[in-house]
Amino acid sequence: MTAVAERAGAPGVPAEPGPLVRFGWAVSDTLTITRRNLLVWMRVPAYLVFTVIQPVIFVLMFRYVFGGAIPINGPGGYVNFLIPGIVAQTAAFASFGTAIALATELKKGVIDRLRSMPMARSAVLAGRLVADTGRMTVTILIIIGVGYAVGFRFINGFGAAVAMILLAIVFGVAICCISAYTGLAIGDEESVQAFGLIWLFPLTFLSSAFVPIRTMPGWLQAFANNQPVTYVVDTMRALALGGPVAANLWKSIAWLAGIFIVFVPLAVRAYRRAS
Amino acid sequence: MSRFNEAGEQPAILVEGLTKSFGEVHALRGIDLSVPRGTVLGVLGPNGAGKTTAVRILTTLLLPDEGRALVEGYDVVRDAAAVRRSIGLAGQSAAIQEELTGQENLEIVGRLYHLRWPQARSRATELLEQFGLSDAADRAAKTYSGGMQRRLDLAASLVGRPKVLFLDEPTTGLDPRSRLGMWDIIRSLAADGTTLLLTTQYLDEADELANEIVVIDHGLVIAAGTAEELKGRVGGDVVEFTVPDRGRISDAVAAVARIGDGEPNADKETTMVSIRVGGRGSEALIEVVRALDAAGVETRGLALRRPSLDDVFLALTGHAAEDEGPGGRRRGRRSGRRGKDSEDMERTAS
Repeated sequence: MTAVAERAGAPGVPAEPGPLVRFGWAVSDTLTITRRNLLVWMRVPAYLVFTVIQPVIFVLMFRYVFGGAIPINGPGGYVNFLIPGIVAQTAAFASFGTAIALATELKKGVIDRLRSMPMARSAVLAGRLVADTGRMTVTILIIIGVGYAVGFRFINGFGAAVAMILLAIVFGVAICCISAYTGLAIGDEESVQAFGLIWLFPLTFLSSAFVPIRTMPGWLQAFANNQPVTYVVDTMRALALGGPVAANLWKSIAWLAGIFIVFVPLAVRAYRRAS
Repeated sequence: MSRFNEAGEQPAILVEGLTKSFGEVHALRGIDLSVPRGTVLGVLGPNGAGKTTAVRILTTLLLPDEGRALVEGYDVVRDAAAVRRSIGLAGQSAAIQEELTGQENLEIVGRLYHLRWPQARSRATELLEQFGLSDAADRAAKTYSGGMQRRLDLAASLVGRPKVLFLDEPTTGLDPRSRLGMWDIIRSLAADGTTLLLTTQYLDEADELANEIVVIDHGLVIAAGTAEELKGRVGGDVVEFTVPDRGRISDAVAAVARIGDGEPNADKETTMVSIRVGGRGSEALIEVVRALDAAGVETRGLALRRPSLDDVFLALTGHAAEDEGPGGRRRGRRSGRRGKDSEDMERTAS
C-alpha cells in the first residue's frame, strides 16, 4: 500500500512534521516539563526544606561545630576551605531529587501517560534534568550567600568565582545523570533513596570536600586522592582561593566526560525500556 | 490481511493475532479485535487477564511479540507517532500531578499537545467546565475526591480531541455515585462520535456503556458479542446463599436441585451455593426459601443477584467456580477475592 493510501486512511490526523518543527517541539516540550517540575517543587514544603534549609544547616554545622577541630593553613582558614567542598557536596546531593522523582513517576504511571501523548520522548528526561539544574543552582547560590555571612570570601577574582560555580553545576548534572539512571532502573522510591545514600555519602565525604585528605588513614587516602569528587573540589577550591588549577581541572573534565558518556546512554536506555 | 472490514470501512481499531509474553507469563496469546468507528467496545476480564497489556500495546507503550494492531489505520509499531496523535488514554489518574491545580494540569497537557498558551488555557477552562470541575479549577488536585481526580484525568486525555479513546478501568475503586457520574460522561463522549475502548471488571459497566463486549481470560478472547448475547449465555439471575454447617451443604444442594437451570454450584471452601434461575428471579427465590425451610437447612446471606463476571466465566468456560482450568490454573473464583496474586502478576508483567 502506498504512503498516500496510508494517510488517506485517517483524515484529520496531522501529517508527520518536518525535523525543524520537531526540534522546536522537543525544546518546547522540555520547557513545559521543566515548568511542571519546578511548580511541583515550589508547592511541596518538604522539597523546599531539602533543597534550601538542609544545605544551610550543613554550612553552619561544619563551620561552627566541626570547623574548630579542623586546622587549615590556607588563606581564610576553614570556612574558605569548606564552602567549595560543601557546594560540590550539595550539587551531588541534589541528584537525590532526580532519582526519587523519576522513580515515583515511573511507578505511578506518569511516564507511561506522557509517552502516550504526541510529545517529544526526550522531554521527560531532559525536562527533569533542566528543572533539577535550576533547583541545584538556587541551592548553590544560597550556600555561597550563607558562606559569605559566616566569613567565606572568593579571593581569586570574579571570573574564577563564576568558573567555580559553573564547574559545580556541571558536576551536579553529571551526578544527576547517574541518579536518573538509578531512579529509572530501580523504579521504587524508597529503594532509590536507600541506594543513593550507599554511593553518594561515601563518594562525597571520602573526598577533600570537608577535611584535608592527609588527616585520613593511609588506605583511605588512596581512595580519597583518586576519586572524581576530590578532583572537582580541589579545582573549585583553586578557582575560589587561588593556586594551580590546570592539573585537577583536566582530571575533573576527564571524569565528568566519562560519567556523561557512560550514564547518559544508560539513563536514556532505562527510560526507553521502562516504558 | 486487509485493514478494512467486510463492509469496506476501516475500523477505528483493528487487532490481529496479537501476542505478548513477559518471560514465562503469556499475557496475550493471540487476540483479534475490530472496533468500528464511533462505537464502544467493552473489554471484560478479571485482573491479570491481559486487558491492560492489550491497552498498552494499542497506545504504543509496549511492543507486541507477534500480530499487528492498527489504530485509525496506523500501525502501532511502525506509525507510533501518528497513533499517538489520534488517541487519548485515561484510567488510573496517572496524568494528574497532585500538587498542581486542575487548570495547571490541563494547561500543561495542552502545551504537550502543542497548543499555544492562550489555546491551552481556554481548552483547559472549557474541559473543566464540561466535567463540572470549574469550582475546583484553582485548587491543588490532591484536594479533589477520587471521582473528581478521575474526571480530571479523563479531561486530560481529551485535551488533544482524540478520535479514539482508551479507558483503562475508569471506575475501579470509585464509590457508586461517582461511578454513575463517570458513566454519564462516558456515554456523552460516545454520543459525540468518539470511538471508545473500555476495559472493566464489571459486567454491568460493560452492559451500560458498550455496543460490543469481548471477554478476555488468560490472554485469549473467550467470547464476543453484545451484552444481551452474553447474558443469554449466562442464563439470567442467580440465587445464592451460604450454609454455616459445612456438613449440610449436600442436603441444601439436594433441596434446591430442581429449582434452577442445571445443577446448583456448591463451593466447599466458602460453603457458598449458587443456583442459576434464568428470568424467574423473585419467583425462584421464594421457591428456594421454601425448599430450604422444608429441608430444615440453616442458611445465611440468601440473596438474588444479577449475573456477575463470575457467572459469565462459569457459563463461558464451563468450569465450576473452584475447578482447575485446562492450563492448570484456577479459574472463575469470585471477583472479590480473585486475585491479589493475579493482579500483582499483571503489574510485574507490565
